[in-house]
Amino acid sequence: METFNVFERLLGENILSAAISVLLPLVFLIIYALIAILGELKISAWIQERLGPMRTGPYGILQPLAEVIKLIQKEDIVPAGANKLLFNLAPYVIFAGSFAGFAVIPFTAAFVPAEINIGLFYIFAIGAFAVIGIVMGGWASNNKYSLLGAMRSASQMISYEIPGALVILSAAVLANSLDMQKITLLQAGGFWNWFLFGGPGSWSKIWIVPFTILLSIIYLIASLAETNRTPFDIPEGESELVAGYHTEYSGMKFAMFFFAEYSNMFIVAAILTVVFLGGWTSPFGDFMSGFWWGVFWFIFKAMFIVFVQIWLRWTLPRVRVDQLMYLGWKVLLPFALVCFMMISLYRIIY
Amino acid sequence: MTETKFVDIDFSRIETDRMRLNVGPQHPSTHGVLRLEVELDGEVVTNVIPHIGYLHRCFEKIAENMNYQQVIPYVDRMDYISSMNNELPYVMAVEKLMGIKVPEKVEYIRVIMAELNRIANHQIAIATFGLDAGAFTPFLYLFRDREYILWIFEKATGGRLLFNYFWVGGLANDVYPTFKEDVLNIVKQVRKTNKDIEELLIYNKIFIDRTANVGVLPADVAINYGCSGPMLRGSGIPFDLRKAEPYSIYDRFDFEIPVGKGEVGTVGDCWDRNIVRFREMEQSCRIIEQAIEQMPDSGDVQSAIPKKVRPPKGEIYFRCENPKGELGFYIISDGKDKPYRVKGRAPSFVNLSVLPEISRGYLFADLIVILGSIDIVLGEIDR
Repeated sequence: METFNVFERLLGENILSAAISVLLPLVFLIIYALIAILGELKISAWIQERLGPMRTGPYGILQPLAEVIKLIQKEDIVPAGANKLLFNLAPYVIFAGSFAGFAVIPFTAAFVPAEINIGLFYIFAIGAFAVIGIVMGGWASNNKYSLLGAMRSASQMISYEIPGALVILSAAVLANSLDMQKITLLQAGGFWNWFLFGGPGSWSKIWIVPFTILLSIIYLIASLAETNRTPFDIPEGESELVAGYHTEYSGMKFAMFFFAEYSNMFIVAAILTVVFLGGWTSPFGDFMSGFWWGVFWFIFKAMFIVFVQIWLRWTLPRVRVDQLMYLGWKVLLPFALVCFMMISLYRIIY
Repeated sequence: MTETKFVDIDFSRIETDRMRLNVGPQHPSTHGVLRLEVELDGEVVTNVIPHIGYLHRCFEKIAENMNYQQVIPYVDRMDYISSMNNELPYVMAVEKLMGIKVPEKVEYIRVIMAELNRIANHQIAIATFGLDAGAFTPFLYLFRDREYILWIFEKATGGRLLFNYFWVGGLANDVYPTFKEDVLNIVKQVRKTNKDIEELLIYNKIFIDRTANVGVLPADVAINYGCSGPMLRGSGIPFDLRKAEPYSIYDRFDFEIPVGKGEVGTVGDCWDRNIVRFREMEQSCRIIEQAIEQMPDSGDVQSAIPKKVRPPKGEIYFRCENPKGELGFYIISDGKDKPYRVKGRAPSFVNLSVLPEISRGYLFADLIVILGSIDIVLGEIDR
């Protein structure tokens, strides 16, 4: 089988290339998280007419590093009466769940950490892992606020996963594949070939364009719920539940929750990029395309989605838990279902 | 005792455990050191018991051991975010007891200061209410504007929050020369930001979903509990002491009383209480503009200050429209230079008492929003 992984091609299929394939996303994730934290601080400051951090380094660009150092130094407290095993395990379960998603993300034409032909299915399945961690952490903390946050999270998951899965399913129908690299390649050749605009094909695709645009919006909303961010930060709603499921965590374990949140933000942005925005392909056909341009386009598009998430967080109020259920079941689900049926119809006809 | 082999389970009779949740005194949304004992059935609030007293500072007892003038700084510390409005009823009560008539200019400066402080108070109320609903950005916009108002207070009185500015019979000092322009600029700034807030928060779909039809306080319940201020007006009753029994010079100004009309939900819901505060800011702007226009430029603000504040024997209850409701002081004088008794009727205290009544049956997230819509200050509740 022809491999997309540049390291496997160069070094052969051995432990070294595998190690590089695993470590590279981790290094990327750490750098990305630092940038995203700084971005969050600075974008929120920009939206709110503040300066944001200014003291640590020029324009405060070292602030995320300072925060990490602060968190490492903090005392690691396990509350009395907590279930130690689950309490200690939960942050790592959450982080593992979101980091595992990086395995199938096609960063560029020649690099996917692990090639599996059901990548889209895998990333969605492994993404649901985080909820187990949240419920574990919330229950094991022996705190009522944490427990409430965990319960909300579990109910939230069911509400957003189903419309999200329908969107993924529609994309799979459109692409005839679950392989993320194949889906990306299908959309090569310019932005008019993106699934956002109906995917490649003749002018007859024009009548599914509204549905594909709708699908991408549905996925954006569902992904906000998946990453527990405003307006769907119900499990950790600060004004109600203090900090929700991670109320009792401090130091590095708290940092792991934070890290997982930012990692999750990138994962959902990556899915949206791959499925609707053409992944690493250039929006202008052959212009500005190539190995490094691929990396650039992929990260640029994904970071734009991350920016949208940060933007929404600092603009909107929080919805209530029952309103999220309403949105998930009565609004997103029927719309996603209709879009899915129309796209299936299109595939049958053409 | 009878033995039963086959048990029919009546599922409607199975009672699940209710959770008792202790909200506060250290909680991000209790607006101070309020402790709520909440009984939850899942996420549904079945009962709320407010526990107060964490900020008790013996105001009323201290007041018995102080001169009449020395009580004013303590009055400041009751509702520490609208101190000007707290000083007003106290000094006016003592003045009425002594039969002092203050100069025109003093009246106008008092009204301008009180209305500016009303705007500042409502800015905090709306900001923290938005924060309770999860909106962070409007909070900072409003706090930025409040800062401009505090600058004026700082320039005029030397204090940002606690002024000791209204004295019995006059003011601590005259206002500074550019006071009028500064105030008119503030009015412009407040109106500009309020337009942003209207789009960003007040008519935001999510915000309406969160606050409309939540914590409905019917008019009769509001009256029975003695609610006042925006709590009462939010329920549709146009009762404002500035209109009902105009004190100071409020009868000279043209302004309206905004009431809750249930525009997006039921009359008396959280959104209505919030919109009353929001619109009152505009009315306060109007009052300030008129007062600035009518205010005499010359005049001694200390001409009526008595050498010795020693009211004759007697008692008085004087009430004013505080941003949070009716703030009244009941003062008994026994003819000495210290009050025999000072009782404060704190609007937050009375308004908070209705919380259990209006929050039963709503979700826990709603309880926080309802508490935010009452706009309490613990300094006033515990005194």
